Amino acid sequence: MDFTYDSETVALRDAVRGLLGKAYPSSEDRRGTTNTEPGFDEKVWGRLAELGSLGLPFSEDDGGAGAGPVEVSIVAEEIGRVLAPEPYVESVVLAGGLVAAAGTAEQRADVLGRLSAGENVLLPALLDSGQPVSASGEGESVTLTGAKEPVLHGARADQLVVSAVTDRGVELFLVDGDAEGLTRTGYRTFDGGRAARIELDGTPAVRLGEQGDRSAAIDEVLAAARIAYSHEALGAMEVALGQTVEYLKTRKQFGVPLNTFQALTFRAADLYVSMELARSTVMWATLVLADAPERAAEAASRAKAIVSRTSRHIGQEAIQLHGGIGMTAEYSVGHYTSRLTALDHWLGDGADHRAVLAASVRDHGVLEPLA
Amino acid sequence: MKLRLSDEDARFRDEMREFFTTRFPEHIRAKVLARGELTKDDIVESQQALNAEGLAVPNWPVEWGGRDWTQLQRHLWHEEMQLAGVPIPLAFNASMIGPVIAAFGSQEMKERFLPKTANLDIWWSQGFSEPDAGSDLASLRTTAVRDGDEYVVNGQKTWTTLGQYGDWIFTLVRTDPNVKKQAGISMLLIDMTTPGLTVRPIELIDGGHEVNEVFFEDVRVPAENLVGEENKGWTYAKFLLGNERVGVAPVGTTKRWLADAKEAAGDRLADPVLANRVAELENELLALELTALRVVAHSAEGKPHPASSVLKLRGTELQQAVTELYVDLAGPWALASGAGEGSSAPDWARVSTPQYLNFRKASIYGGSNEVQRQIISGTILGL
Repeated sequence: MDFTYDSETVALRDAVRGLLGKAYPSSEDRRGTTNTEPGFDEKVWGRLAELGSLGLPFSEDDGGAGAGPVEVSIVAEEIGRVLAPEPYVESVVLAGGLVAAAGTAEQRADVLGRLSAGENVLLPALLDSGQPVSASGEGESVTLTGAKEPVLHGARADQLVVSAVTDRGVELFLVDGDAEGLTRTGYRTFDGGRAARIELDGTPAVRLGEQGDRSAAIDEVLAAARIAYSHEALGAMEVALGQTVEYLKTRKQFGVPLNTFQALTFRAADLYVSMELARSTVMWATLVLADAPERAAEAASRAKAIVSRTSRHIGQEAIQLHGGIGMTAEYSVGHYTSRLTALDHWLGDGADHRAVLAASVRDHGVLEPLA
Repeated sequence: MKLRLSDEDARFRDEMREFFTTRFPEHIRAKVLARGELTKDDIVESQQALNAEGLAVPNWPVEWGGRDWTQLQRHLWHEEMQLAGVPIPLAFNASMIGPVIAAFGSQEMKERFLPKTANLDIWWSQGFSEPDAGSDLASLRTTAVRDGDEYVVNGQKTWTTLGQYGDWIFTLVRTDPNVKKQAGISMLLIDMTTPGLTVRPIELIDGGHEVNEVFFEDVRVPAENLVGEENKGWTYAKFLLGNERVGVAPVGTTKRWLADAKEAAGDRLADPVLANRVAELENELLALELTALRVVAHSAEGKPHPASSVLKLRGTELQQAVTELYVDLAGPWALASGAGEGSSAPDWARVSTPQYLNFRKASIYGGSNEVQRQIISGTILGL
């Protein structure tokens, strides 16, 4: 039982922090990027690839670095700290994770190799928009029809991993971004991100792996993504809290700094308590994913449930304790609240995950975290 | 980063669990597990059973009965006791005055008190708070005036928990009224049978007699009962309170209460509103436990991690939330606290409200939760 990072992990964190700190030294720099298409910086994406971040979780045979959830969590947290708009968790953990779980050796080497090298912006299209995607045809080559929305950064994808209902259950397919019969309608999201509606109309696709239901693999990948996103939220919350504390020390009203007022400093103390409790749970969830994957889905729900509550607490209070300046687009802290709101509502919000936990509350007596 | 306990720590935990659940006096555990009240004899028997196994004062120096355990092992020992329903050693002895005497007392004082303190042959009471010195403890006014080989003590202490059982009381007294308030305080050990010392019960809202007032009228105390140096009492008190704070996040007990509450709720957990409430409490408690593990892993010897204030603050909030859950589960049975034999009220429901009321104390003692917020905002956040 150990919650400390070893020196290699710290070195990775410092490298990623250095890279992203240079790319987005201020909130304005980030805003410059999110205000132009495709909504993230292709050069930064390339640099993340050069650093090896995009291939971290994939095996060396697949062109990756063979690292684990702890390393991925480090990158996600750094992404969160500067609100980097690059679709890291979407691409590496979700889409890449699906290919790693379902793809043939050949598909993995090709798709993940190019993803790791920064040559393939691979994105997942999992959420149905009310027109479920169906597949026709057998074997490797099929066509897909239906729609997916919202697909994060879907308009920019070089390749999509699309889920579709078949006779065997849910299967996964690769669709090229420029495939025939594919219509992508991109739009901005409130947090500076991008999403798209993806319409498939007899669109050619390639099945990932052999025929067969992939529901279990999808659930495993979703759990890993929820945990990685929770780290992204931790990074964002930590900075939002830090900025708020700094503001209380420097902002003066009534001739004195705001930290003279106990009504405000006590609220900051409560934010710190929330933050530490969330951090403990999210770090634990990553360790569960690494060492006891059979409990990963539960751990992911636990992390999402507490991060949802904490991100609302910190996000709302960060703005309130700043006052009007926290509302402005020019100042950074409100963007953190905005991003935290997006993360909360992606892959199940707090209420969804509390409901999951509630459904299994009778399955155990005392909850054992180290089992 | 790793999830699992090392083989050594896992073995340690199993040994603790084995002793607590199979070789510790069963009748005491049964009482604790039923959330009943322990008598003085129960508490003494319990501590002596632990002490016989070297498990009463592991946090003390080895020469006085301590064990050379890691912080994690101490945490596991503490958790396993609570989960098994073994009463934790009397805090006044084991985690308050014992470590202070071991760290600051003379050799003579150590030999005189420490073995009996570990074995609960002496029952210690705490004489810190006064009617006008609560959170602002340093403003205490009980005086000790040197007169030859003795101190003459006058004043009043309050909130003395289980003072009715006390043999000795460790007190903070003012020995120099002319300096900054923290600089004029000393720590004196006082035999509670000394003439001029009286203990009066304070009845609490749960109907119980747990705390007392202690009055000192010209109580003559041998000067050799001064701990360490005169006017250094505040330093010793801070040392003591730092230790107290670590032990006041009773994660194991709260976990057990919550698991038992699920049993009590039974089929009613099919109600999603109730299930949601329990699931959320369980998740918050998990976060607390994991934070405790993080703090344990990062604590330098004898120096609590600053985040230990988080444990006290959140630990007592969750403890209170679970006592509140019991009252809600009891429904109308929550009123049946006085029910005797022949009543249909379940045992857990009878104690639910007195316990709920009693545990309002948790966010007040050991440095109120407002004091903890002050520590967090000041010491940790620099506000």
